Order: sequence, then C-alpha cells, then structure tokens
Amino acid sequence: MTRSRWPAVGREPSPRRRSVLLVCSFLLPLVLWSLVSYVPWIWHPLIHVTDPGTVSWFKADLLVERAVFATENAQAVAAGGRAAVGERANPVFLPAPHAVARALWTAFTTKPVLRDELWLHQSLWLSIQTIFWGFLISSLFGVPLGILCGAYPPLARLFEPVIDFVRYMPAPAFGALTVAVLDIYAAPKIAIIVIGTFFQQVLVIANTVRRHDPALIEAAQTLGARPRQLLLHVIVPGCLVDIYNDQRILLGWAWTYLIVAEVVGVSTGITFFINQQAKYRNFDNVYAAILIIGVIGLVTDQGLAFIGRRIFPWQPRAPSRLNAVLALLGRKGGGPA
Amino acid sequence: MSAPAVTTELADYRRQSPAVAERFQKLRERPVVLEVRDLTRTFATRQGGETVALRSLNFCAHRREFMCLIGPSGCGKSTLIRLLAGLDEPTSGQVLLDGQPVSGPCPDRGMVFQGYTLFPWRTVLGNVMFGLEMGGMESGRAKSEALQWLDLVNLTKFKDAYPAQLSGGMKQRVAIARALATNPRILLMDEPFGALDAQTRAQMQSYLLQIWRNVDVTIVFITHDLDEAIYLADRILVLKAHPGEVQELIEVPVPRPRGPAQFATPEFLATRRRIDELIHPPLESAGEKLPIVRLTVVGDDVE
Ligand SMILES: Nc1ncnc2c1ncn2[C@@H]1O[C@H](COP(=O)(O)OP(=O)(O)O)[C@@H](O)[C@H]1O
Ligand SMILES: [Mg+2]
Repeated sequence: MTRSRWPAVGREPSPRRRSVLLVCSFLLPLVLWSLVSYVPWIWHPLIHVTDPGTVSWFKADLLVERAVFATENAQAVAAGGRAAVGERANPVFLPAPHAVARALWTAFTTKPVLRDELWLHQSLWLSIQTIFWGFLISSLFGVPLGILCGAYPPLARLFEPVIDFVRYMPAPAFGALTVAVLDIYAAPKIAIIVIGTFFQQVLVIANTVRRHDPALIEAAQTLGARPRQLLLHVIVPGCLVDIYNDQRILLGWAWTYLIVAEVVGVSTGITFFINQQAKYRNFDNVYAAILIIGVIGLVTDQGLAFIGRRIFPWQPRAPSRLNAVLALLGRKGGGPA
Repeated sequence: MSAPAVTTELADYRRQSPAVAERFQKLRERPVVLEVRDLTRTFATRQGGETVALRSLNFCAHRREFMCLIGPSGCGKSTLIRLLAGLDEPTSGQVLLDGQPVSGPCPDRGMVFQGYTLFPWRTVLGNVMFGLEMGGMESGRAKSEALQWLDLVNLTKFKDAYPAQLSGGMKQRVAIARALATNPRILLMDEPFGALDAQTRAQMQSYLLQIWRNVDVTIVFITHDLDEAIYLADRILVLKAHPGEVQELIEVPVPRPRGPAQFATPEFLATRRRIDELIHPPLESAGEKLPIVRLTVVGDDVE
C-alpha cells in the first residue's frame, strides 16, 4: 500500500488520529483566540489607562485608541505636565479566554442586578422549555405529515407546494401576529419556534422518506404486505434512523429561532440575559452565555446520537465523538501502549 | 467406424436415458401450476417510441418442477419474473397460477431478488417472520414456524443477528427462508446468486437443490450462467432478445440427483453447447477487430 502525506479522499483516519483531530478542532480556535488576546503586538488597538497623568479627561480603567493616547500624552508633556501610563488592550467586546472562563463560573453565581431579573440558570431553563415545547408541537404534526407526504405522492402534491411557499416567509415576520393572537408571554415564543421548524420539517422528512429503497417495498408486497401494512411495517421502520438524524439537525435549527422568538413580547430567557449583559458591557458574560448555548447543543446532539445507537441496534456503528474522547482519556489514563 | 458414432451420440442434447425420459414423463403428468399465455410487455421509450421487452410468451411449469430462464442480458428475464410476481402489469396476455389469473403481488408467489432485499431493521428471525405476521399469524406460532425454516437453511445460530452482519450467501439463504415461510406455490428467483463468489455460489446451488427436494414448491430461476442453469433445472427456457421471445424449451438430459461431478458428462456438455449456440449466435463475437491504433512500443508485445 502506498502511503501519502496527503489525506486520501473519503478514507477515515485511524481511531487515534480521530481523537487527536477532535481535540484540535476545539483547540485551534482557542489557540487563535489566546494569541489575539495575550500577544499585544498582534492586534490590541487600544490603550488601557492605568495612571491618567495630567491629561484632563483620562481616568484609570479608560480605554482609548493608541493614536489618541499618543497625541494627548505629547500635548500633556509639551504643556509641562505628566504623561499618562497604560498598556495595550483589546476592545471590550473581545474579552480574553480567562475572563470568559471566569465568567462561565461567575455568571451562574452573580446575583441579578435588578430585582425582577432572573439568574442565568433560570434564564437557561426558560429557554430550554421554550425549545422543548416548540419542537415537540412541531414534531407532533410535522413528522407524521412528512412521512405521509413522502409515502403517498398525491398527498405530497397537495401539501408540499403551499408548505414550500410558507417556508420562505421568515418566522420572525410572524412575531407581531403571534403576540396579537397569543399574548406576550411564553406562547408566542413557542409559536415562532413551531413556525420556524414545522415547514422545514415536513419537507426534510418527506424527502428522507422518498429516498426509501423501493426494492424493500416490492419484497414486502411479495410477502403479502397490504398497503396499510407497508407504511407501518416497511416504510416507517426503514426510515426511522434517517428521520431520527433529521430531527437532530432540525433541533439545531430550532435553537436558531429561539434567539428571535425570545425578543417577541416580553423578552425572556437566555436572549434577555445576553442583551442585558451586553447593555451593562459585561461581554465576558455574553460570551459565556453563547458558549453555554453551544455546550447545551453539543451535549444534546451527542446524547441523542448515543441514544440513537442504543435504540437502532441494526445500524452500522458510525465513529462517535463521545467514544473518541473516551478513547483519548482512556489512553492517557495508562491504557496499553 | 465407432469413434464418429460416439461423438454424434454425445452431441445430441435431446437424447435422454430411459430413467431421465421416465422422469420427464412423470413431470408432464403432474398438474400445471404456472401458465403463461401470450404474454407481451412493451415499454414506452423516452423518444416516444416503444420497446418490446417481451412478445407473445407461452409456456407452463408443472408442480415441483425446477425451471430455469436463461437469455442474454436485456432479453426481458427480469421483466418476465416481475410479471409473474405481479409487481408489473402485462401489456397483453395472462399469467395463470393454478388456473387463476394473477393480479398484483401475493405470497403464493414468493420472490428472491438478486439484491437480497432483507429488512435491515429486523433480525434474521424477524425477517423470516415478516410474511407470517403480515398474514395475521399470531406471533408465537410465527416464531416457531420461522425457526423451522431457519433450521432448514441452517442459520438457527444466526437468528438474532441483523442482515448487515451476514455474508452474501447467508443473506440469500435468509431471503430464501423468508420467501418459503409463507408456503408459496411457486418460488421466483431473479439471478439470486449473481452477486456471490464462485465458491459460495456452488454451495448455494447445492443448498437450493436440497431445499427444493424437501419442500413442495415449484421454482422459476433466472440466471445468465449456463452451467448454473443446466446444473439446477429440469427444463430450461431459453429467451432471445429484442424482442424477448421463447427460443427453445430444453429438457435437461442430465440425471438426478445432480452433483458437481456431472459438469463433465456428455449430456451436460451437449446441453451446454446447444444453449451456447442459442444465446451466443456464431456471427457475433467471432473475432471482430476493434479499430484501435497501436499505443505501445514495437517489440513490447504481450501475446
Ligand atoms: N421500467 C422500464 N422502462 C423501460 N424499459 C424497460 C423497463 N424495464 C425494462 N426495460 C427494457 O426491457 C428490456 C428487458 O429488460 P430486463 O427485463 O431488465 O432484462 P434482463 O433482466 O433480461 O437483463 C430492456 O431492453 C430494458 O431496456
Ligand atoms: Mg435482470
């Protein structure tokens, strides 16, 4: 076998290399972020003032542009005063990794500023509930309709054109309408998620069902399956794994709609938290909250993948990210060389 | 001169030993299970014309007969077997099973496809139980019947495995058990061993003969492999292409029980030569030269 340095098209790397690549996948952006944050000459366009000197409008902790800092200092010195002192810094919207890491902890432990504001974990819980109900209601109707459209072409011809049409209307456009109909609390937010998910869901699942192997249907027919039995005993079980994986992707889309849904009516949940923290210019908290959403998404998705492998024992095992991590940890923990 | 007499004797595939002739006599006396009358199937082409896949086919198969269908690729073998299974509708003509016209697929005509078509989400046992469950059999009974069929194809050990975990030969054995479990009158097989390697294929052929001997079923078996057809069949229906028509119905003079040792017997070779003539007419492929320019250095010859 010839070995080339360039990765071969379509060939999976070895398990060990998979684990390393997985870690690198997260490590690379982190390294980049650290470089920009900790190595002053890469970017750091501002000066963080520690001692204002005699410059009248400088104060400790002020961030000024480097050019302004230089001219103000030159003027101060020329006027016989004392130059201000400071160090190079990044803008406030790019906190350093350690600040965000600290915020990940403090965001949960800091008391809300106003009395009627919620703790971070309460906001998160609200958001998760909104997603849950929105996605559940959408799936309750979208999955069966998608399966029926995929299985019966006449139904597809009846429903899919109008669904295709509505799909192009952005869900947030229905915001005002949902508030008018459903009041300002949780219901309109759930409705936005339903509107954003449902129409895509029907089309995605119908397409998945249409990719079903027709030879299996013919085989079932020669074994005596009647039309109704075909749907329940051949088409649905045959598509189950693909539908499950579609649902994982669709759940990701639902999170995207959450951020617009939560500003409809009374702003709540994680979006309210993020907006509020941005208003106070606590950008480390903003990043912490965004990261937490990412972590929740990743954990849910990998959890669902893990469950999927348990409930669909017939499908060939795809390399799992969770297993890759475990493998790496296992090897470090004194596994066989 | 005795030598030429021997060769002409060997060459005649129609010559049957008394035992074989008696077998065919008995076979013809058995009731007709499958009858094909004037079967024609045409397909509309994309250019708006028509291709005649099958034209005016007539033949019948008797109870517990093993019939092979052979013919060049594209002669309509798959089209024919799909019509027999009821998966496709004839343009004209009829298929009769036990004298009743066939309409639509039904478990009295079992089918085994080249691509296995096992249900990947069901275990081996679940696959064999499928037809029984669809027929409304209570699951405990379906299970014990399915287990008997698995025993017949010698796969009891693998009853809880999923199809993805089996080899090609094992998959096809499950497919055969699954098709037989509903007690079909006739088993239709469309190049079932076409995707298997030579060794597995030979093994599957002998399995199939054993099953056929022990089960009350008529088999219609499609293949494009001459040896396979002669090894398995009582009679071989040779089709020709464009349009698909019956060329000849050959009674295989090789005595039963069959074994691999018979591949070199005179009857076998004579039959083989006849079918070869029928499906590979001497005009074609007789050393037709391809218009290729020499692309190698002079002297760098491979033959
Ligand atoms: N669904 C179809 N539509 C149009 N033409 C078809 C269709 N199925 C088969 N044919 C044509 O019928 C002929 C016989 O095909 P087939 O039965 O698959 O041949 P075989 O199985 O003997 O190789 C071919 O010429 C093929 O092009
Ligand atoms: Mg074919």
